[in-house]
Amino acid sequence: MSKPFPPKVVTANALLKGDVVYLTANDDWSPNLSDAEVIEDEAHATIRLLDGTARQAEVVGVYLADVKVGTQGPEPVHFREAFRARGPSNLFHGKQADSA
Amino acid sequence: MYRYDDFNEAFVRQRVEQFSQQVARRIDGSLTEDEFRPLRLMNGLYLQLHAYMLRIAVPYGTLNAAKLRQLAMIADRWDKGYGHVTTRTNMQLNWPKLPDVPAILSALADVEMHAIQTSGNCVRNVTSDQFAGAAPDELADPRPYAELLRQWSTDHPEFAFLPRKFKIAVIASQADRAAMRSHDIGLRLIDRDGTRGFEVWVGGGLGRTPMVGQLLRDFLPEADLLPYVEAILSAYNSFGRRDNKYKARVKITVFENGLDKFREFVETRYAEIRPQFDGRDHALLAEISQAFAAPAWKTAPTNAHDAALADPVYRSWAETNLAAHKNPEYASVTISLKKPGETPGDITSGQMRAVADLAVAYGHDDLRFTHEQNIVLPHVHKGDLPAVHAGLKAAGLATANVGLVSDIIACPGMDYCALATARSIPVAQQIALRFEELKLENDIGPLKIKISGCINACGHHHVGHIGILGLDRAGVENYQITLGGDGTEDMVVGERAGPGFAYDQVVDAVERIVFAYLDLREGPEETFLQTYRRLGMAPFKAALYPDKETSRAA
Repeated sequence: MSKPFPPKVVTANALLKGDVVYLTANDDWSPNLSDAEVIEDEAHATIRLLDGTARQAEVVGVYLADVKVGTQGPEPVHFREAFRARGPSNLFHGKQADSA
Repeated sequence: MYRYDDFNEAFVRQRVEQFSQQVARRIDGSLTEDEFRPLRLMNGLYLQLHAYMLRIAVPYGTLNAAKLRQLAMIADRWDKGYGHVTTRTNMQLNWPKLPDVPAILSALADVEMHAIQTSGNCVRNVTSDQFAGAAPDELADPRPYAELLRQWSTDHPEFAFLPRKFKIAVIASQADRAAMRSHDIGLRLIDRDGTRGFEVWVGGGLGRTPMVGQLLRDFLPEADLLPYVEAILSAYNSFGRRDNKYKARVKITVFENGLDKFREFVETRYAEIRPQFDGRDHALLAEISQAFAAPAWKTAPTNAHDAALADPVYRSWAETNLAAHKNPEYASVTISLKKPGETPGDITSGQMRAVADLAVAYGHDDLRFTHEQNIVLPHVHKGDLPAVHAGLKAAGLATANVGLVSDIIACPGMDYCALATARSIPVAQQIALRFEELKLENDIGPLKIKISGCINACGHHHVGHIGILGLDRAGVENYQITLGGDGTEDMVVGERAGPGFAYDQVVDAVERIVFAYLDLREGPEETFLQTYRRLGMAPFKAALYPDKETSRAA
């Protein structure tokens, strides 16, 4: 049996604003990690990464990030992704302020 | 202040025009990101963790009120109302939006500023002594040479694609306040038998492989500066490695070939190109030098300063934040951007305007950004110091901590930087708040803490008396501590103390080091660095890792 595939989301930075965005199941880019499509299948992940990467006019630096699935949907695994999902810790700027 | 000539003006305007079109073509889809990325980096525009970041060049850290006010305007209009002074004496904006960047660059050009060559594998911002033109120990103002190098290196076709980035610093005194020996080329202006020239140091650098610069030439006549520096760049361009990014800096070229061999490369190239320099560079230097003439010093009573020293708050500030000036009636004021709890190097637009006003009223309209992320008013008459202090206090900028434990250098770290492996800023904030609470800062005395959030060492941790390096250890932030580093003329790379500390342990670890120093020092006059040099790592290590000591003793 193959190794279980850790769940992933497709993420990038928006071309115009530069902020962190996530690919949703509806093919939108959302600023909220909770809206992201959680991908639990490796082959599907490859396809969705290609889908995202093709959208050069909207985003920059598309990649797959590991997530764990919590009660509110996908949650970051690595601390870098936690900062990307929230904003800087020294000032109340970025996503934490935008969604407040 | 150096003013642009017509050529400079036209060049910067043309570049803004070109980049505006490039941004438009990226937005309309004609350029891919792979095509656009090198173009934006040439203009100082990075894409960081949460947003774009624009790195604005402040050549040799020098600016005036008009420039600082324009930076304030830009921060208010297109960013979040503040800027960040970097360890390369530049200013970074953390939140610009791509479509606004052409307008920002155009507004910068209005005050003779730009973001050219603040990224990429080219000659970066040339840095200098923040007290240039004011320091009593300098031979001459080093900045005309820095400006000459800036003009020569800007858009130099041969050096647009070096193996890696290239940093130059120029100083003119024995004391090194610009970390000159951590640069790819460090130049020190000296006199030998009445002739002016330079010591040329090469191959310094921090980052992954920290190295202290070595003396390539003990005396280079002043007139040969450009051809010789060009020969070094040319040798590096030919022999520097391009196969491995981590071995591409000139320090590795020097290290792998040996200093003598590298000197041969340089001298061979120098012999070829020296005849091509026909003296126009000397004429240009003479012209540039006029722009750096000393201001018309005023003569006035200084007793307001003497009287103000009766106030303990003023006295404490005067003791830490003032430096001696070549004119005994003057002092250089360092404005600390390190208020405990704030982000090192951050300054709000309101504070920028307050500083600009003070520079006009009391500082001969001269300002410097420092590599230690503070701002200097280099020329303030002592009679005006109480007014300057009052103005700074009103702006929340009178923190009296320059050179002390809370005057911490910190890179942006993982709060902003896409390369970072851990956060730096909150560590700096918490250390500063801890020592403020302990009320020990003045008792501890001179102590430089420097924090980097990755191995690239923008926070100069290797040359901190206490250096902190944030790493990602198996998905958790971990902080390595080095001790005994020194960024001055006696440059030493710090020694790693031992295993790293978790994010929530690092402030306690620093406190243990500092308390150990207070116990170990021979008296208040012995600084942290002197105590470390006298005793070495062992007693500090024992304080840092107390559990290990007990288990070994048991």
